[in-house]
Amino acid sequence: MNKTWNNRAWFMVLPVLLLVAFSAVIPLMTVVNYSVQDTFGNNEFFWAGTEWFQEMLHSDRFWEAMGRNLIFSFIILAIEIPLGIFIALNMPKSGWGVPVCLVLMALPLLIPWNVVGTIWQVFGRVDIGLLGYTLSAVGIDYNYVNDPFDAWVTVIVMDVWHWTSLVVLLCYAGLVSIPDAYYQAAKIDGASRWSIFRYIQLPKMNRVLLIAVLLRFMDSFMIYTEPFVVTGGGPGNSTTFLSIDLVKMAVGQFDLGPAAAMSIIYFLIILLLSWVFYTVMTNYDAER
Amino acid sequence: MARIDLDHIRHAYTANPTSPKDYALKEVDHTFEDGGAYALLGPSGCGKTTLLNIISGLLHASHGRLLFDGRDVSHASTQERNIAQVFQFPVIYDTMTVYDNLAFPLRNRGVPEAEVDRKVRETLDMIDLADWAKRRARGLTADQKQKISLGRGLVRSDVNAILFDEPLTVIDPHMKWVLRSQLKLLHKRFGYTMVYVTHDQTEALTFAEKVVVMYDGEIVQIGTPAELFERPKHTFVGYFIGSPGMNVLPVEVDGNSARLGGHTVELPGAAAGASGTIELGIRPEYVRLGRSGMPVAITKVEDIGRHKVVRATLEGREIAAILGEDEEVPAEPRMAFDPAGINLYADSWRVEMGGR
Amino acid sequence: MLELKNVTKTVAGADHIRDVSLTLRHGSLNVLLGPTLSGKTSLMRLMAGLDAPTSGSVWFDGKDVTGVAVQKRNVAMVYQQFINYPAMTVYENIASPLRVAGTDQARIDREVKRAAELMKLTPYLQRTPLNLSGGQQQRTALARAIVKNASLVLLDEPLANLDYKLREELRAELPKLFAEAGTIFVYATTEPHEALLLGGNTATLSEGRVTQFGPTIDVFRQPVDLITARTFSDPPLNTLVMRKDGARFLLDGGVGLPVPTELSAIADGAYTIGFQPHHLSLARPTANAVSVPAKVTVTEITGSESFVHLQFADAKWVMLTPGIKVFEADETVEVFIDPRHILVFDAAGRSAASRKLAA
Repeated sequence: MNKTWNNRAWFMVLPVLLLVAFSAVIPLMTVVNYSVQDTFGNNEFFWAGTEWFQEMLHSDRFWEAMGRNLIFSFIILAIEIPLGIFIALNMPKSGWGVPVCLVLMALPLLIPWNVVGTIWQVFGRVDIGLLGYTLSAVGIDYNYVNDPFDAWVTVIVMDVWHWTSLVVLLCYAGLVSIPDAYYQAAKIDGASRWSIFRYIQLPKMNRVLLIAVLLRFMDSFMIYTEPFVVTGGGPGNSTTFLSIDLVKMAVGQFDLGPAAAMSIIYFLIILLLSWVFYTVMTNYDAER
Repeated sequence: MARIDLDHIRHAYTANPTSPKDYALKEVDHTFEDGGAYALLGPSGCGKTTLLNIISGLLHASHGRLLFDGRDVSHASTQERNIAQVFQFPVIYDTMTVYDNLAFPLRNRGVPEAEVDRKVRETLDMIDLADWAKRRARGLTADQKQKISLGRGLVRSDVNAILFDEPLTVIDPHMKWVLRSQLKLLHKRFGYTMVYVTHDQTEALTFAEKVVVMYDGEIVQIGTPAELFERPKHTFVGYFIGSPGMNVLPVEVDGNSARLGGHTVELPGAAAGASGTIELGIRPEYVRLGRSGMPVAITKVEDIGRHKVVRATLEGREIAAILGEDEEVPAEPRMAFDPAGINLYADSWRVEMGGR
Repeated sequence: MLELKNVTKTVAGADHIRDVSLTLRHGSLNVLLGPTLSGKTSLMRLMAGLDAPTSGSVWFDGKDVTGVAVQKRNVAMVYQQFINYPAMTVYENIASPLRVAGTDQARIDREVKRAAELMKLTPYLQRTPLNLSGGQQQRTALARAIVKNASLVLLDEPLANLDYKLREELRAELPKLFAEAGTIFVYATTEPHEALLLGGNTATLSEGRVTQFGPTIDVFRQPVDLITARTFSDPPLNTLVMRKDGARFLLDGGVGLPVPTELSAIADGAYTIGFQPHHLSLARPTANAVSVPAKVTVTEITGSESFVHLQFADAKWVMLTPGIKVFEADETVEVFIDPRHILVFDAAGRSAASRKLAA
């Protein structure tokens, strides 16, 4: 085609391009800038090359935090996805129960991250928190401030409480789009509850599940606010995830170079893992 | 296969029906004979799908009993009733192969695998999909998917009936012919009891031995295709079956003849005791255009290939007539009614003339 | 006048539309006839300007409008699904294109009432679409297309989701609308019967190509090739391969059909003979009609006519015969092919008749 389709349409995209430039591209470039130079303030910079990157990739501290991140994301996905599917399957499909359930489900999603952290920080305290106090009253030794295991449990339970609803809502949207005829045909074919799930509901939820897994993976891998508020990364370094470590390094120790290098590695890892997830799941989808 | 008795079935979707208006199905008392091919025909909202779902057990009727071979199944579940149903939009398990789709209802019932294999292969041959057995079901065309839906019913040797809910809606015209004749063949060969719901008269008439015409929650007429065509019991049947539908004209009856405006039409017999609003019904196929009869004005001629539909007016009343492919509209057209095609209606219900 | 000049549309390497040239006049009704996925909707999207062609151009009243967006083309479209604004009344639904155009209230009122009257919607003007039947919803969509006073109205299988009888009624009303407005109407359907009832012009589509375009009844009676004949036959076209030898078409079994006089000049060789189901009969239609023994597979009765499905050698045929005829399965019957109505196609599938005309 010789003619241009409609040039003016590009002007419409301009504001978005500018916005993305300011909010993402420019900060990212700044970080790249920091990651290859050394600075002691005063706007003096010295070329460092790949030094920070090498330092990062050889530091135990980085890999430990990374390991914690992977374990955390794995546990989160292993709990939230099945739990989300289970709740969605048991939600009412019609009647007054639908709006009630939807509002209840949406509630945790509407609360800001730092507030969620604060709620759980107080909730879990042994002296005044309902959860912590009750647990110690029944004789369970629970203290997220001192015990790494308890700290992990608290952070995970908090995330499950906060984000399972997202999985539920996505799955529910997939479920209600299944025409009634499918369930009727399954009844006629004598399918069990499990067969209906395996051969009708799961295949139809496939796409939304892909989105749910991707979102929950990326989000949990980047977790920062809630554990920062509740545990501050402790006890010790037990809940110091990459993001918390990054802030410690950049703001706490003012090691801008290594911190910048770390955030770029971090960014690339998330990008890579998301891409792997996406291709694996879409390929699986196409194959079927 | 089974005989299905609908014993004074009524159904309302609301909890506490009070007036007849609340009933989607007013009162149906009918028997589907063992091995018969039936069609439920009517416009949308006439209750035909409600009736079908009551038979399959997807709905439980608010009143009345449903019997399979004399056994009361009114409260039995869909699975216990052992019926097969093909829906408007093909329902297939799209992660499974064609083979596994057919095997599914058998495996669910714990049939031994050797028996499953034998039955599935037999069914694949019946529905002409033997070459597709190992294919994923999702990539197939609409008509193939519909055959799989049907096959999942056929594969069970003990089904009581096969029910169809407008199964050809999403099928292209050419494939409709193929699928329909295949259905007919299966019915002939294996003697299934089949009930077919549709709004399409051609599908209903060509498929069924007996057509049940429904309107507004009630059965208006049950009859063979020929009966519905030649002797519609109600003007609605005359209108709904045939295209164009029956011409219905207000007349005054006097013994063996009827006065239509300024003309007199001979009736095939005397109408006994007809009172109320009297109308004469004549199908376009029985209207003759020629040089004798009542003078008419032609408003439009539609050449639709194998015949022509002529729209004419007789003293301001519209009448449709059908002309053969090679026939022409005469210059000064006159219209006559073939007595064999004349029916008389009093308050929309057919009255007998001369004992028929 | 809407002109498509050598329009091709390729999506991800697959040709959706292949080299289509069409000229549609104002005040005309044009049917696009073809099976699912033959390119009807793709072609309409190109006409509307919803898509731009990969190559070729679109002209409107002598102006090149290739690439001009749909908003600037004064096009109305009605789809198979009933698409209305659910929160607005029928009145507001019909008025919506006029409101967008900034028409004054008095005129809106006049136009809406006129369209509602035409579409028999007057009693329902204050209802919302969801409280209407399918037929009324689609009438609302059609009324909206009417008031828009568009120069091009595209109807994409608008009656497909309606009941048979309702379809029949609306189908009879539509041509009246077309005749009143000086608009170009394009109507897509999969059903040959519908095309014949609508009349006007028909373009038959097959795999993204327009195989023939002309007055509907002419395309039906004189298809230029076998694909067109098949597309335009419901029940499917009956065919039989025969060898022309002098003045007769011969079959191996010795059956012979006289070659129609206008085709006497065509070369000897193999031809595909096509004939419509109603040109196959149980009684001899003319002295030189040829009888063939065929095996009955199934009989379908419509009440006034019978569709008899036949098997002759490898060929599957349908015979449409008046009255109620009941045959046993596998019974052999003598059927007659009427030589006056046969279609003759050469080995490449082109009509022998039209090729002779071109020469």
